[in-house]
Amino acid sequence: MKDILNPDNRYKDDKVTDACSLFGMMDVSGRLFSGADTVRAIANMHDRGNGLGGGFAVYGLYPDFADYYALHIMYMGRSAKDKTEVFLKDEFDVVRSEEIPIRTRPGVTNPPGLWRYFVTPRKDPCLVVSDDDLVVDKVMQANTTIPDTFIFSSGKNMGVFKGIGFPEDVADFYRLEDYEGYLWTSHGRFPTNTPGWWGGAHPFNILDWTVVHNGEISSYGINRRYLEMHGYHCTMQTDTEVAAYAVDLLVRRHGLPVSTMATVLASPLWEEVDRMPDEKREMVTALRQAYGGLLLNGPFTLIIAHNGEMIGLTDRIRLRPLSAAVKGDVLFISSEESAITLVCPDIERSWKPRGGEPVVGRLGEPVALPKEWDVQNREAVGR
Amino acid sequence: MTVIKNNPKASHAQSTALPSYHCHMPSYLKPRFRVERSDRRCIRCQGCVEQCSFGAQYYDESADRVEAVDTNCVGCHRCVVFCPTSAIEIRHNPVEYRDNAYWRPEVIEDITRQAETGGVLITGMGNDKPWTSYWDKLCLNASQVTNPSIDPLREPMELRTYLGSKPDQVQIDPATGRLGTRLAPQIMIETPVLFSAMSYGAVSINVHESLARAASMLGTLFNTGEGGLHPKLYRYGGNTIAQVASGRFGVHPEYLDVARVLEIKIGQGAKPGIGGHLPGEKISAEVATTRMIPTGTDALSPAPQHDIYSIEDLSQLIYALKEATNYTKPVSVKIAAVHNSGAIASGIARAGADIIALDGIRGSTGAAPKIIRDNLGIPIEMAIASVDQRLRSEGIRNRVSLVAAGGFRNSGDVTKAIALGVDAVYIGTAALIAMGCTECQACYTGRCAWGITTTDDKLTKRQNPEIAAQRIANLVEAWSHEIKEMLGAMGINAIESLRGNRLHLRGVGLTREEADILGVSLAGE
Ligand code: SF4
Ligand code: SF4
Repeated sequence: MKDILNPDNRYKDDKVTDACSLFGMMDVSGRLFSGADTVRAIANMHDRGNGLGGGFAVYGLYPDFADYYALHIMYMGRSAKDKTEVFLKDEFDVVRSEEIPIRTRPGVTNPPGLWRYFVTPRKDPCLVVSDDDLVVDKVMQANTTIPDTFIFSSGKNMGVFKGIGFPEDVADFYRLEDYEGYLWTSHGRFPTNTPGWWGGAHPFNILDWTVVHNGEISSYGINRRYLEMHGYHCTMQTDTEVAAYAVDLLVRRHGLPVSTMATVLASPLWEEVDRMPDEKREMVTALRQAYGGLLLNGPFTLIIAHNGEMIGLTDRIRLRPLSAAVKGDVLFISSEESAITLVCPDIERSWKPRGGEPVVGRLGEPVALPKEWDVQNREAVGR
Repeated sequence: MTVIKNNPKASHAQSTALPSYHCHMPSYLKPRFRVERSDRRCIRCQGCVEQCSFGAQYYDESADRVEAVDTNCVGCHRCVVFCPTSAIEIRHNPVEYRDNAYWRPEVIEDITRQAETGGVLITGMGNDKPWTSYWDKLCLNASQVTNPSIDPLREPMELRTYLGSKPDQVQIDPATGRLGTRLAPQIMIETPVLFSAMSYGAVSINVHESLARAASMLGTLFNTGEGGLHPKLYRYGGNTIAQVASGRFGVHPEYLDVARVLEIKIGQGAKPGIGGHLPGEKISAEVATTRMIPTGTDALSPAPQHDIYSIEDLSQLIYALKEATNYTKPVSVKIAAVHNSGAIASGIARAGADIIALDGIRGSTGAAPKIIRDNLGIPIEMAIASVDQRLRSEGIRNRVSLVAAGGFRNSGDVTKAIALGVDAVYIGTAALIAMGCTECQACYTGRCAWGITTTDDKLTKRQNPEIAAQRIANLVEAWSHEIKEMLGAMGINAIESLRGNRLHLRGVGLTREEADILGVSLAGE
């Protein structure tokens, strides 16, 4: 089996740690827009990264192939592509394959071969398994068994673009100005214990879920063991991967609402829980009793996205920054407010979400503002 | 240390510190201790004579001097503490045999004692051998730069723990947003430290009361041990784990009803695989009523539970207890840590237990054959590591809470145990030391001068439950503060984020194989 940790964790640390800049932007009406603002915003937080990783996730990206899983693949060696394509032909129906267009430029070094495939999984008539589960399985199989191959994006109508370099350089490299989406997230990376490899940049992806992350989770050891109990293999050894699998387990597999997922990952303190009304207290207590192993303890900010939804979340005692703002149908989430005001000087509302309180943008729904705004608006309407 | 003969009836009756012999044979044993008294300091108050329950001090009226019987001294230091003029020193009696690292004095003494009596050597407390303590070979982590440490004096730090079986998944009704999963009973403890099973009869009623009071002061639980619960302690039922052991002493509906948690005792770390024996002279009227046996009869706990010869039998008892209490209480199963603990624990979890208690080779006892105490079972560190990992590999770790017992000396040991994978720990010896115990190992005599392991009325009065409870509570409070400090240093503010988080442990001086079993890396890695 290929050790895919080696490129990113060559000193065999417990895990790869990094600090970062995050930015996300979503038009809840579904209007497609270019990535220009996202790139400008993340570039404004240049100093939060160190040039060892930048990346983007774009949703609403491939409307013409919306029903197909879009696989973005890195090939780090010549035979990798041949082997992978044989694997893909065995496991999937491939309707289109093409090289991802790039532009070589200084600041983005040693790019691997970058290809994308639009596929549907081939069902095994003997097995009862959903397409999603099959794709997860096959992606994990390819990533752990085919040497020098890394599938870094595998959702429908979305895609991840990432590599080594500052995020603005990575955007230029991937010619992101040619793409449009209704939801963009981005990441500038400051790894502290790795020289960085292309696959290790954020966003981290599984199916259409992406996670960009800033922080270092002190509970990583138990989060990982908890997820292993549920069949996840944390091959990348990053907090981000753990966060992505936790979200997948809670929301996709256990069917919990996003707000509940936030309650698990950033549980309220017991002293707050004790003051809650009975029914809520019972629920939050039950969640913490059952999912205590998934509490992400220590500083983090996450922007989690999947088709139709973007979620920003900081840890329970808010040890990492997070700003949110709204202008019309557009929700902004950022490490620093300055990045938002740069691209949208006339924001209508901006706020600093509390620790553990998710900021959620959902396609077709108005952005839920924090409670204070709610109250003021209602009062205004009443008057 | 005394000796029992093979015939239990005849031999167990010996419960005094003085070895007694079945034929008139001169003893070759030398006294273990020497009582040295400064005659200049001694004011002849005879306090030590009064305090010594082993008959090691006496007053010679004709000479107006206080003298000692060194042979009787067990080294408990009761007299030293109570002498108003600090006149007494207890010293090791020098037994300077020719140096021999193998045939140590202890070995020679044990052989001599057995040659003189032909009996099983009985002792008290836990394994005292200088075996590897893995706690001393594990280091904890601390946050530096990449994530901040947290100051528990200024920020919340959560030790709250729930014992009980957890579901794999919580359902929320999408229509109502309400909780759709009913959890098995969960018992909240405010600190991950519980008090180990010590039976009334093995310890005095005042010790039971002290532990019960301390548990209620701390928001934690104490364990009745296998001797039932005196009715005057029913008011501490909410802080009680009621044990159901092989002798079924004191088990009746009310006992099960008042308790918070029920525990089936299969084994004990100090004496895995063997039963218990409380000699008749410790069975006072009160003890007898509580245990539901006649006064003065020996209380014999069989080695196995005779209705549990297999895992399916265990399951039946677990469910019998759950039925009896209407599924309102978690049922714990306590086993000694032995070679296949991982597989055994998996079976216990699948048999329906809510809690598994593991007791390691350092676990203590009121009385056990010395050879058993010192040689049977495995270190608790290894047992925790393998059981936690086994349950995780099988995907059933959620189904049970894991509690470890056996020699926890300080909050560092506790914190490391939690990082290895337990939900909470039991402490026994440490709580007794808080009350005054000095680890003299004479518990089996029933003459504990500190009034702990005795049912003698006069000795029992030496423990004032109010003061003793406060001492125990202080100890656990102190440990809880220290655990919070350590959590904060690791950048963690909830104990569940440390539980099973072995990345916060590093081994020093371990072989690679030992580190692998413990699931930790070595320091510097
Ligand atoms: S207690 Fe101390 S002062 Fe009193 S008789 Fe004993 S040795 Fe002497
Ligand atoms: S409980 Fe009493 S007899 Fe037992 S070791 Fe402690 S002081 Fe000695």
